Amino acid sequence: MAQDLYQAPDYYHLDDLLTDEHKLIRDAAREWIKREVTPIIEDVAQKAEFPKQIIDGLAKIGAFGSFIPEEYGGSGLDHISYGIIMQEIERGDSGVRSTASVQSSLVMYPIWKFGSEEQKQKYLPKLATGELMGCFGLTEPNHGSNPGGMETKYKDMGDHYLLNGAKLWISNSPFADIAVVWAKNEKGRVHGLIVERGMKGFSTPETHHKWSLRTSATGELIFDNVKIPKENLLPGKSGLGAPLMCLDSARYGIAWGAIGAAMDCYDAALRYAKERTQFGKPIAAFQLQQKKLTEMITEITKAQFLTWRLGVLRDEGRATSAQISMAKRNNVEMALNIARESRQILGAMGITGDYSIMRHMMNLESVITYEGTHDIHLLITGMDITGIPAFV
Amino acid sequence: MKILVCISHVPDTTSKINFTEDNTKFDSNGVQFVINPHDEFVLTRAMWFKEKQGASITVVNVGNISTEPTLRKALAIGADDAIRVNTEATDGFYVAKQLAEVIKNGGYDLIMAGKESMDYNGGMVPGMTASILDYNFVNACIGIEIEGNKATVTRDIDGGKEILSTELPLVIGGQKGLVEDKDLRIPNMRGIMMARKKPLKVVEPVDFDPTTVITDFEKPTPKSNCKIIDADKVEELVDLLHNEAKVI
Repeated sequence: MAQDLYQAPDYYHLDDLLTDEHKLIRDAAREWIKREVTPIIEDVAQKAEFPKQIIDGLAKIGAFGSFIPEEYGGSGLDHISYGIIMQEIERGDSGVRSTASVQSSLVMYPIWKFGSEEQKQKYLPKLATGELMGCFGLTEPNHGSNPGGMETKYKDMGDHYLLNGAKLWISNSPFADIAVVWAKNEKGRVHGLIVERGMKGFSTPETHHKWSLRTSATGELIFDNVKIPKENLLPGKSGLGAPLMCLDSARYGIAWGAIGAAMDCYDAALRYAKERTQFGKPIAAFQLQQKKLTEMITEITKAQFLTWRLGVLRDEGRATSAQISMAKRNNVEMALNIARESRQILGAMGITGDYSIMRHMMNLESVITYEGTHDIHLLITGMDITGIPAFV
Repeated sequence: MKILVCISHVPDTTSKINFTEDNTKFDSNGVQFVINPHDEFVLTRAMWFKEKQGASITVVNVGNISTEPTLRKALAIGADDAIRVNTEATDGFYVAKQLAEVIKNGGYDLIMAGKESMDYNGGMVPGMTASILDYNFVNACIGIEIEGNKATVTRDIDGGKEILSTELPLVIGGQKGLVEDKDLRIPNMRGIMMARKKPLKVVEPVDFDPTTVITDFEKPTPKSNCKIIDADKVEELVDLLHNEAKVI
């Protein structure tokens, strides 16, 4: 990739609404992405490799469980801090942000919220430093938007549980040390279990040939009569509400992250439009390009404020799942549209790896689908405002 | 060894520059501020003294409360404590007077500053501060080693390097070369959290009237478009240079 000249757009001075510490955290993450991620990301994306070498750096900028209390190795920060870290990481790459989201919201969050004290002490400090990496198993081959229909189940064998089933589309699965897996007990009640790599009958085959999130490792989780120690059951909460709480946290982070990808595309397109000359003047001088750029910065600005407000609500404990759905849905679509428009501005150059736009665009095709599809989020908002579920 | 690192709070170099109040004041609306880049090299070199030779680092800034995030960043990078002299940094001599007071009260062995700040590029403060205190002073440093009371300092000079030996207490004006870009530190989360608890002391300025007043800022004239004159039309070229550009 060409030199990273990124300058973050802040058209309405949103920075004035952030604390000095938010800005310090944001600037540190931004600088780290510029120094450590953008120089390598295009190459690893082309090779479809997960850049393991950046795990330590991710941990150091607080990308793993920034909202987890300090006593468990986290940073005890608010949700706006978590959001702005996700924004900066996704500015670099959605795949890298996915790794951080999964570790924070889908692995550390359930252990923190639903785990026993022993589980918190055992896993959280090591997950915060990246010494342990985790993944989250909810989606199954036959159950995506309808996780309640899951077939993965476990049996109480007296001194242990016996887990059987399979999970699909699992970020981090090929290298994860632990998996937080959601499965039904004999009564059909959903519980969370911590499955460790090395347990007999547990395998994690990698999903190859993706055209999206190529820097993030995706795979399956297969459980063939896996013996799970009883102390690995998350005791704090059962039912589908437990994994859905984790998804709220992850979707909230995605809402911020998508803005990062959009900001990067817009910034690249704006710079290119001012430098690229056709018919004797920069293409930024043409009305059609100005329309694209103006609409992009307008949409980014709207998303920034929507999401900042969502962060305030979340910090006050008032953000609803439906509000999070609205932000995730709006922002990812916005980012995808901006990626496509930016690519148009760059013409043929936009398809090359010299620019991040095409990579963002391909990544966002996953982001608009995972953690609740674009359509499902619409139905969540629809249900919230009408009181009528339209899922079935 | 007690080190004082002087930190300037300057606009990011990519900022759009505008002026207000009849072109006498910099317009900071929407401008991002950063640690002065020369100071960042100096602070990183000071961190090496801390880590390898057990030095303590105090960072100081002469400025109003808006500069505190910059001091917090320096604390997050690893400085032990911070001092803010609560006044507008009006000119170089005024700042030097304020710094000299802080140094007198703090008893520092080594005072490290960037050789100039990237906003006004005065380049006066380190030298003036040393002069007020009658301390040794070396400018444009690209290397420094300390053993006991002795300092060996490398300076950038035209076409080469100059190596000097001197004694503490010492003021240096430093720049890139003390450390390189790759050595600059990004505050990590642990550092940011520790910075919350580190002391940031606000002291009032010494009474002293600035000796200069800014009467006007002017931006460079925008570059005009290029005109291409055919090689066989020398007379037209001469005419344009004489009557339009007025350079001959």
